Amino acid sequence: MEVLKIATAGSVDDGKSTLIGRILYDTKSLTTDKLEAIEKTSKQRGYDYLDFSLATDGLVAEREQGITIDVAHIYFSTKNKSYIIADTPGHVEYTRNMVTGASTSQASIILIDARKGVIEQTNRHFFINNLLRIKDVVVAINKMDLVDYSEEVYNNIKADFEELMSKRDYQGQTISFIPVSALKGDNVVNKSDKMSWYEGESLLEHLEKLDKADIFNVGTPRFPVQYVIRPKTEEYHDYRGYAGKVYGGNLSVGDDVVVLPSQTKSKIKEIYFYDEKFETASRRSSVTITLEDDVNVSRGDMIVKDGDLPTIEKQFTANVCWMDSKQLTPGAKYVVQHGINKVLAKVDTIHHKINPDYSGIEEGVSGLGMNDIAKVSFRLNKPIFYDQFKNHRTNGSFIIIDSQSNSTVGAGFIQ
Amino acid sequence: MSKDTAHINSLENEAIYIMREVAAQFEKPVLLFSGGKDSITLVRLAVKAFYPAKIPFPLMHIDTGHNFPETIEFRDRLVEELGLELIVRNVQDSIDQGKVKEESGRYASRNMLQTTTLLDAIEEFKFDACIGGARRDEEKARAKERIFSVRDDFGQWDEKNQRPELFDMLNGEIEHGQNVRVFPISNWTELDVWSYIEKEDIEIPSIYFAHKRKVFLRDGLIWSAEDGVVYRDDEEEVIEEMVRFRTVGDMSCTAAVLSEAATITKVVEEIRDSSISERGARIDDKRSEAAMEKRKQQGYF
Repeated sequence: MEVLKIATAGSVDDGKSTLIGRILYDTKSLTTDKLEAIEKTSKQRGYDYLDFSLATDGLVAEREQGITIDVAHIYFSTKNKSYIIADTPGHVEYTRNMVTGASTSQASIILIDARKGVIEQTNRHFFINNLLRIKDVVVAINKMDLVDYSEEVYNNIKADFEELMSKRDYQGQTISFIPVSALKGDNVVNKSDKMSWYEGESLLEHLEKLDKADIFNVGTPRFPVQYVIRPKTEEYHDYRGYAGKVYGGNLSVGDDVVVLPSQTKSKIKEIYFYDEKFETASRRSSVTITLEDDVNVSRGDMIVKDGDLPTIEKQFTANVCWMDSKQLTPGAKYVVQHGINKVLAKVDTIHHKINPDYSGIEEGVSGLGMNDIAKVSFRLNKPIFYDQFKNHRTNGSFIIIDSQSNSTVGAGFIQ
Repeated sequence: MSKDTAHINSLENEAIYIMREVAAQFEKPVLLFSGGKDSITLVRLAVKAFYPAKIPFPLMHIDTGHNFPETIEFRDRLVEELGLELIVRNVQDSIDQGKVKEESGRYASRNMLQTTTLLDAIEEFKFDACIGGARRDEEKARAKERIFSVRDDFGQWDEKNQRPELFDMLNGEIEHGQNVRVFPISNWTELDVWSYIEKEDIEIPSIYFAHKRKVFLRDGLIWSAEDGVVYRDDEEEVIEEMVRFRTVGDMSCTAAVLSEAATITKVVEEIRDSSISERGARIDDKRSEAAMEKRKQQGYF
């Protein structure tokens, strides 16, 4: 099993940090000194329970305000798996951080406060999870202890959420519901004895059962060349190795390939990982490939299988999540980074804004503000080699860089 | 394939990808080498990333002058064996030039002073990317650190204004004078690093393994009484114990742990069962809860 990355999303006070703290505590992942620090601070503040959120809210501002304002990464492992939790903030203004956290995750946990039920924020969290095509979503209905562990409350929330699900674009997403109390530890790691009406798994039991084959997105093999290795030594005089990471599917020695953008054809001669030769380079491995023919290949080029070409175009339309306080407007120029490839891009048209709470679209918008999501068309100064995001998570996504501030100001998912 | 191997392999693939991005996106990268297990791991990953070519950037050691002698001896041998370029800059020089003032007293350490020497060296060589071995599991503030973390002209980290990092895409665009701190093993835990050292059969300095050492106890931690670097009160009694170090930073702020683990396999077993976090043995973090975040804002690695 590879490392399983999970994004968490929830609104203020839904108890997200407490849930993560609880997972760490019950899986005995908190070390003695960290636990002592939590006990000490909880006591100082006069709490009569352990405040597990102290384990994750790392920045001073967060501890002062009692909220999470940036993505924090938390690590723990069980006998079966290693987990990385991207703990993302739940406030409206941090939609961009939710998108960021979800972009590297294979599964996600959406938290709902049992007393409040499905609220506007829940719509937003679900929308983003669905937009980013997260394969497995767990809806954790939290604070069940505060509603007397009521089955009726759970069922009502589940029904409300199912109504939301009917609006989703990506139907292939698996969604499970689990009633929990993070504070008391019910159904988080251990099954609760207070909700006999619930026959499903605990949250951790569910995560433990997720199967790599089901959950990791696959597509066709794409090999963007990151770096050309030329040792220039006696021994490796004519060696030209193309270093990069394999995305989507596997590549093997003898495969007929095409180098983009030149569209030159060749065959894979060798696949190296360090000093070892392999027959096949598997998905997500960082290998070095050599080709049968002396082809001119440089960084930013892409090696793909013959007959399995991506779209090669100087324009595309995408769903964009805007992440900057400076507006995106038609005609504005940016750098688009697609994988490792950078091109100049001009905003052609903003077709419409998409309200991330499933309340519909907004047409005739003149610009995008921070946290807006919209359908936007771009024109590029040279062609890129892309797939649709729905077919290829890596080769269908890009980031937008402001060439004045050098900041990453947006992310997009190609349609 | 066991869970452990598959998991370490995926972390290794990620780190190699990051190393290659550094070499491709920057003009003058450098690998910050402390002689500790994390930076030794980085060197191994860099070797694998560019094989059969040599690592296309130099190593730099900011020497506090309080290093364990075993570390320095190890460093020089590693550099020679791999044919790498090593730059050394000394904290002592910064002290002599009056740029920093040596701390005194019970908790005196040169750990904080390193920052000035590091920032001066970055400016001297015009490095635009510094690769470091920090990991997100080490400490709460580090859990928020990006893989490419931009520092301004003053080496400062603006934690509220970090670039979002999506999918695998790393944005290394910077202005003149800025530099990027790069953390290829961000997603590794302490146990992952040790498991990797075991799997790859990487040589590490002898102080990581259990050995007899003259030590004394303070604040529940075990301090080296050898080499005269750590300040010791007369009433603090020197005893001999079997110990090893989990981190090898500046001697003045690195405590030992009691251990019988004399081989890498035993060390991995010990870490797996351990209930004290790695930085629990670092006195500089204990100064206050926000200690690490404050140091980072000032440019500490």
